[in-house]
Amino acid sequence: MSVISVIEAVRKTIFMEMKRDKKIFILGEDVASRGGVFLATDGLLEEFGDQRVIDTPLAESSICGVAIGAAVNGMRPIAEIQFADFVWPAINQIVGEASKIRYGTFGKKKCPITIRIPYGGGVRGGLYHSQSIEVLFAHTPGLKVIAPATPYDAAGLLRSSIRNDDPVVFLEHKKTYRLVKGEVPDNDYSIPLGKAEVKKVGNDITVITYGLMLHYVLQAAEECKHFGINVEVLDLRCLRPIDSETIVQSVNKTGRALIVQEDTRAISVSSEVAAIIAEDCFFDLDAPIKRLTPIEIPPMPFSPIQEAEYMPSKIKIVKSIRELLEI
Amino acid sequence: MKKNKSENEKKSVSISPKKLRWLYSSMYRIRRFEETMLEQTFKGNAMGVTHPSDGQEAGPVGICAHLTDKDWIGSTHRGHGHCIAKGLETNRMMAEIMGRSTGQCHGKGGSMHIADFSKGMLGANAIVGASIPLAVGAALTSKYKNNEKKSVAVAFFGDGATSQGVLHESMNLSSIWKLPVIFACENNGYAEATPSWYAVSTDDIASRAEGYGIPGLQVDGMDVFSVYDAAEQAVKRARSGEGPTFLEIKTYRYHGHFHADDPKKYRKQEEEDYFKSKDCLISFEERVTESGLMTSEDLNEIRNEIEEEIKKATDFALTSPMPDHDELYKDVYVEYSNSLLGLR
Ligand SMILES: Cc1ncc(C[n+]2csc(CCOP(=O)(O)OP(=O)(O)O)c2C)c(N)n1
Ligand SMILES: [Mg+2]
Repeated sequence: MSVISVIEAVRKTIFMEMKRDKKIFILGEDVASRGGVFLATDGLLEEFGDQRVIDTPLAESSICGVAIGAAVNGMRPIAEIQFADFVWPAINQIVGEASKIRYGTFGKKKCPITIRIPYGGGVRGGLYHSQSIEVLFAHTPGLKVIAPATPYDAAGLLRSSIRNDDPVVFLEHKKTYRLVKGEVPDNDYSIPLGKAEVKKVGNDITVITYGLMLHYVLQAAEECKHFGINVEVLDLRCLRPIDSETIVQSVNKTGRALIVQEDTRAISVSSEVAAIIAEDCFFDLDAPIKRLTPIEIPPMPFSPIQEAEYMPSKIKIVKSIRELLEI
Repeated sequence: MKKNKSENEKKSVSISPKKLRWLYSSMYRIRRFEETMLEQTFKGNAMGVTHPSDGQEAGPVGICAHLTDKDWIGSTHRGHGHCIAKGLETNRMMAEIMGRSTGQCHGKGGSMHIADFSKGMLGANAIVGASIPLAVGAALTSKYKNNEKKSVAVAFFGDGATSQGVLHESMNLSSIWKLPVIFACENNGYAEATPSWYAVSTDDIASRAEGYGIPGLQVDGMDVFSVYDAAEQAVKRARSGEGPTFLEIKTYRYHGHFHADDPKKYRKQEEEDYFKSKDCLISFEERVTESGLMTSEDLNEIRNEIEEEIKKATDFALTSPMPDHDELYKDVYVEYSNSLLGLR
């Protein structure tokens, strides 16, 4: 057991998995000699050589397309996109190709790729280095979409993603990379894909969230103790499949639900979660479902004041919780 | 198709004194703007990531010397040089980088999004390759309108961007449609830490143009006169309806990829020293004073003027207010409503 950051957890897991399985290789821009823009693959070139840690030209569509081609042919590639904002040229390959391979070949082929994508804002990244892109992938049947928030979950879920036989879009919130530290076992434990987790038990209200927002929600839950509110915090961790069972269980217990996300609101993860609650918890709800999200503007403005205005924060979360409980 | 340098050197003497002044002051303005921007970045006043282009000034300046406000350019993440060469005001640029309300984009964009349509500047662009077809689109409009003195469009992009499919699509269609476009590839040898000898399948990027039926030239990007001459031909070709030209501008960025990047991790000091010995400002100074076109007093005067301008620009930015709260909601749509903003 050691205390490490999210980025270290990612690196360590890739390292261990590559040791275990020779079919795994990495490709992406600057992943080899530079070790990746965020250093997620630092040191891997030295250990595994340039056949397995491959710098690519600047071409996202081909990075993903080539990974898919190799996966269909029996390899287990891990592709890195430098920032989520750069993934759009590859959408044709991920959404158009990878998601349909199993279905379109009557189960004869599989496509075991993991596409690692740093996403999210609050880092002064402005309009093109801050985006949340999860919805497009989470909307696509045939893909799995994972969004861990802690080092423990990042390692356990990444391991499962790499070992999983389906295409996985693995989203790493770039602000958590160095900010969030936690205990991670040294063994090769894994966390099943598609399972949410209650990160704090409570009984007055369920706050459902994922990614960076988990940490703000946990802080807000601490603060709410001063108001006599006992918050249950549910971390989705996986956006497809989404764990409706855990959501429903928790909301049926507390009777109140607040959904907090960094992405804009319309047609988003929060829409899906709200629909699940509306469908399955109707008779146990004591208050309407509430969502705390940014407004519908392109994520996200550069100026620090505007960025802060855009992002949900601990203060905004506490306010929403108190509004919902009328305390 | 290629020109050698000596051919260019002979022609450069014919540049008017006014233009010469403009070339030097623009290059110096870019240099000092970015040096000051970096100081401000490290002081914490300019936020976010900035990509300095020092070393590369001759490219945008030598090309934009032939353009007017009616001509368009599309730019990149490394766009300050393009902006300044296209005549954008440095005070508003500095304000944008500091996220102030007086910036070109009212602080919403930052360094990588500075745009000014009144100057024909379509915008810096943080997505590698994304601005190329936008410039081509501007050129298509020009052809459509068929105005007398056809506007031209320049797509600036780096060696790294040549690996993106969109460049190849753009080259093909602008060739079949004979659009007034100049593809200006600033080859500084690196895309982040990836050297172009590794990532680009030829050391003669300009030769790729041939495959699309476009003339391609390699130009010494450390020498503003070489760029100036090559761009003159390219712009002439475009304006007369003969179609696109591809210029590969061989250059170098003195800094790392962005303000905090250490280039020593992936390139050699000798390489940096070599390009610095060919610095566009120094070689310009030597050239014009030796040939008696300008005196060192002339150059000094220009430098002093620019120092003053950049100082004022910095003060302007530092004393400008941050954007209003209401700005956040503005300009998502041309006409907007609460429902479009998701408000009830
Ligand atoms: C589509 C896309 N992929 C990756 C990036 C990250 N990135 C920003 S600049 C850059 C290198 C660009 O190299 P080049 O085109 O040579 O321009 P230079 O930085 O040398 O000016 C990369 C990989 C990006 N901004 N957009
Ligand atoms: Mg480059």
